[in-house]
Amino acid sequence: MNEITAAEQVGFPILSTLVFLPAVTLVALVFIRNDRALRRCALAGAVAVLGLSLFLVAAFHRGATDFQFGEQVPWVPSIGLSYHLAVDGVSVLFVPLTALLVVLVMLSSWSAVRQAPKAYLMAVLAFETAAIGVFTAVDLILFFVFWELMLIPTYVLIRVWGAGPQRGRAALRYVLSMLLGSAALLVGFVLLGVSYRSAPGSGGVLSFDLLALMGSTVPAPTQTVVFFLLAFAFALKAPLFPFHAWLPATLLEGPIGMAVFLAGLKMGVFGFMRFVLPLVPEAFAAWSWLIAVLGVVAVLYGALIALVQPDLRRLIAFASVSHVGLAMLGLSTLNAQGVQGALFLITNLGLVSTAMLLAAGFVHQRVGSTDLAALGGLAQRTPALATFALVASLGAVALPGTSGFPGEFLILLGAFRAYGWPVAIAVMTVILTAAYVLVFFERAFHGRIRSTIVEAAADLRAREAVTAGILGVAIVAFGFFPAAVLNYSSASVDDLVRRLDPASTLATED
Amino acid sequence: MDAAGLAPLLALLAPLLGAAGVVLLRHRTPARELCGVVAGIAQFGLVATMVPAVRDGGTISVTLSTFLPEASIALRVDALGVVLAGTAAVLWVLTTLYAMGYLGTAADPALTRFHAFFCLTMAATVGVAFSANLITLYLFYEALTFITYPLVTHTGTPDAARGGRRYLAYQLGSGIAFLLPAIVLTYIEAGTFDFVRGGIFGPDAGGALLVVVYVLYLLGIAKAALVPVHSWLPAAMVAPVPVSALLHAVAVVNVGVFCVLRVVLDVFGADLVAELGLGVLTLVVASVTILFASFFALRLDNLKGILAYSTIGQLSYMILGVGLLSPAGRTGAVLHLVGHSFSKITLFFAVGSVYAASHRTLASELRGIGRQLPWTMAAFAIGALSIIGLPPTVGFVAKYFLFVGAVEAGQWAALVVLSVSTLLSAGYYLRILRSALFDAPLAVPAGGSGEGAGPLGGPTVTERGALVVVPMLVTAAVTLLLGVAPGLLLDLIRVSSG
Repeated sequence: MNEITAAEQVGFPILSTLVFLPAVTLVALVFIRNDRALRRCALAGAVAVLGLSLFLVAAFHRGATDFQFGEQVPWVPSIGLSYHLAVDGVSVLFVPLTALLVVLVMLSSWSAVRQAPKAYLMAVLAFETAAIGVFTAVDLILFFVFWELMLIPTYVLIRVWGAGPQRGRAALRYVLSMLLGSAALLVGFVLLGVSYRSAPGSGGVLSFDLLALMGSTVPAPTQTVVFFLLAFAFALKAPLFPFHAWLPATLLEGPIGMAVFLAGLKMGVFGFMRFVLPLVPEAFAAWSWLIAVLGVVAVLYGALIALVQPDLRRLIAFASVSHVGLAMLGLSTLNAQGVQGALFLITNLGLVSTAMLLAAGFVHQRVGSTDLAALGGLAQRTPALATFALVASLGAVALPGTSGFPGEFLILLGAFRAYGWPVAIAVMTVILTAAYVLVFFERAFHGRIRSTIVEAAADLRAREAVTAGILGVAIVAFGFFPAAVLNYSSASVDDLVRRLDPASTLATED
Repeated sequence: MDAAGLAPLLALLAPLLGAAGVVLLRHRTPARELCGVVAGIAQFGLVATMVPAVRDGGTISVTLSTFLPEASIALRVDALGVVLAGTAAVLWVLTTLYAMGYLGTAADPALTRFHAFFCLTMAATVGVAFSANLITLYLFYEALTFITYPLVTHTGTPDAARGGRRYLAYQLGSGIAFLLPAIVLTYIEAGTFDFVRGGIFGPDAGGALLVVVYVLYLLGIAKAALVPVHSWLPAAMVAPVPVSALLHAVAVVNVGVFCVLRVVLDVFGADLVAELGLGVLTLVVASVTILFASFFALRLDNLKGILAYSTIGQLSYMILGVGLLSPAGRTGAVLHLVGHSFSKITLFFAVGSVYAASHRTLASELRGIGRQLPWTMAAFAIGALSIIGLPPTVGFVAKYFLFVGAVEAGQWAALVVLSVSTLLSAGYYLRILRSALFDAPLAVPAGGSGEGAGPLGGPTVTERGALVVVPMLVTAAVTLLLGVAPGLLLDLIRVSSG
């Protein structure tokens, strides 16, 4: 696995800048007293990160399988640790996605968060540093550090700014679930490092470097153990059925801003693509049936439960469980369409889940609830909000022409190719039931106005409309021009699929 | 991209700009409505410029965006696409003018929405017509479903909401449950999404699987309204008349039949369809639909209901023409696609005109109305004759080709079905015409509204105005013109169905 350094490509450590710019902004916030200045400063920092991340995307060499913008500094050489950042086609787009979500969260909570805005913004910025670190770290232990760092701001955000009465419990439950996964993750990573030491060509030293590990082969028994440890950790984070219980609780109790990060950034699925597929490919291929079964069950289960949810935020949570199942099914196909589809799907969910959640947040601010019983006829008072919610719903249903479609379509193709009819039909039925989103939309926004609160609801304000507009345009644009995303990932995905099955090199090229 | 590739893109863009214009000029009527008219004329002009390139079997290709290595969002204009897009453009202009007369030109937000979505409908229709592959086709096909939904529910009544839900459920359900799998399976078997005249399946494609795929296509293309996926069409009759015209003549059902033609000619290829015995299957489904719809229409009194079932039957004439798998049958199918559009839109315009003038909606209320609404009933007569298939209308010429096709193919049963159905449609249309033209006018109901035009306005019933009457007479004239001089279109149609 080759690497192009940041020095060669842009002349400065761009990834470190991206990781630490939010942290620097965070420190700057400490010295600002004025509320307005505070928000402006935080937003300026977030916009700067977004701009820089777009520059990163523009400078990225598409079509190369190499890791790019690499920076490596020895950290604890005696145990093989290094500070090593780089991105490839799998991870590069998650950087601007994270940056975009942070900007949108700040815009949408501009006036909604009144309690301790300084601490809120600092927590969001801390999360951004950790999240960009997760997407760019290519040293396993460094990844783990960022992975754990995310927990602190997440806990604080849910605990302090949560909307529900049970937010304390939800926050604790989330952190405990994640810590359980982290333990497994750390053991798995250490096993990989130790196994590298005894592999030929390693010179008998420990290494946790993803690029080095990709260059050697892990013995089969170790692969199986590592697979289950890592799969457990990432399945919890994803969340893959049956490890999903924390998600509905967190989305219902937590603030919308946090929900956007948890439902929009599918880090668990990313973890599978980043570490499980390339490092323990044989074990993944051997157990792909298990992933497929869990994926299909998740797709069905999530959709069926979503069908009967009277609350928009719980509906989004179960729709999310369903979508993660679909993405995992895509990975389990071991073919280029399925894996490519999974990657596209989770990128798209960053936009669609965010749009759904922000729409839910806008509704909540106006009506004080996201429960169907309190809604009805909202479109008459808030046409712009209704339009935004409709575009988001269409994306969630994966209507052709929205960014939901290409990913689901590719996964369907991959599933047909890998498993034939039964699985594909199951998936199709469920895509059909995705119409629950539309049913909810219809009942919430159309029909008679039943309450005086809805009667008095005001439409989107300028700042909210900008947020909604950015997401709406992105959802439609990537539906018509999916190549804009696929061109970045295809080379890396092909490489990943070749690792899973060396014989498939020929199959994918004919 | 060369200059030739620009025309299809502009034809797609024109209605989008029209929609933008409608929204921008929402407070300035009738400039708002004229956006649609201007965009429609521009679209027709653009389509017309493509005729020379496609008349001899040529195509114009443009790729918009690459989806997969094997699939892209791409346009490819051929003769068949030009026929669909050209017909739609002409009728769009006329329907927009008619809507101005029928719905009025108040600066009402509901009307702005109506005209904007009307424009978007045309973009989706042209997108379907010019699709180069199944992916692009599916994209515009489903877009059409969503774009027409606000039009179907235009009035906002509970009835409209119910009808709209049914419309959406049928269209969306069949699209995802049947059409999408059919497209995926096609790709698995053929390795490509691109349309190729003569078919895309290799010689070793599995026979039984292809039969399943074909059936999935027939069920999935619900816009062609074959039994058992037809009942969205009567449900959508809750919409105002210009919308019905759009569904029945301009966009939706034409797109349905067009997609079936594409599948038969450019995905399977006529030879493969024949080899698999699917021609007979198509004939059976079409025949059942024709007979069912004809008998059903005979029992109805509601004018729009009669027209809806009549459409279901007439669409299956076209499908039947495709299923005959003979050149004349296909020519008849495509000619009927065009001819039926002009004839059926004439009938809808006339029914709308009757409603606008007198608020009557039942066939039995039309007694003697011919004397009060001479232009309307003259147009109605021409449309009805064409649907029945009598000379000198375009309906006759199309049916002639269908009969010839049935003889060529040796499908005597199809001849019987066509004949029986002709008699049945003659039954329900001539009954209305006789009563409207020759019976004594309906008396003013006792205790009626006295002086002015009440709900059953009696003697004061008069034509609504030029904007309602003129578009109706134009479509009636075209129905006659194509009947007298079908040669104007036949070359293009022969190429498109060959």
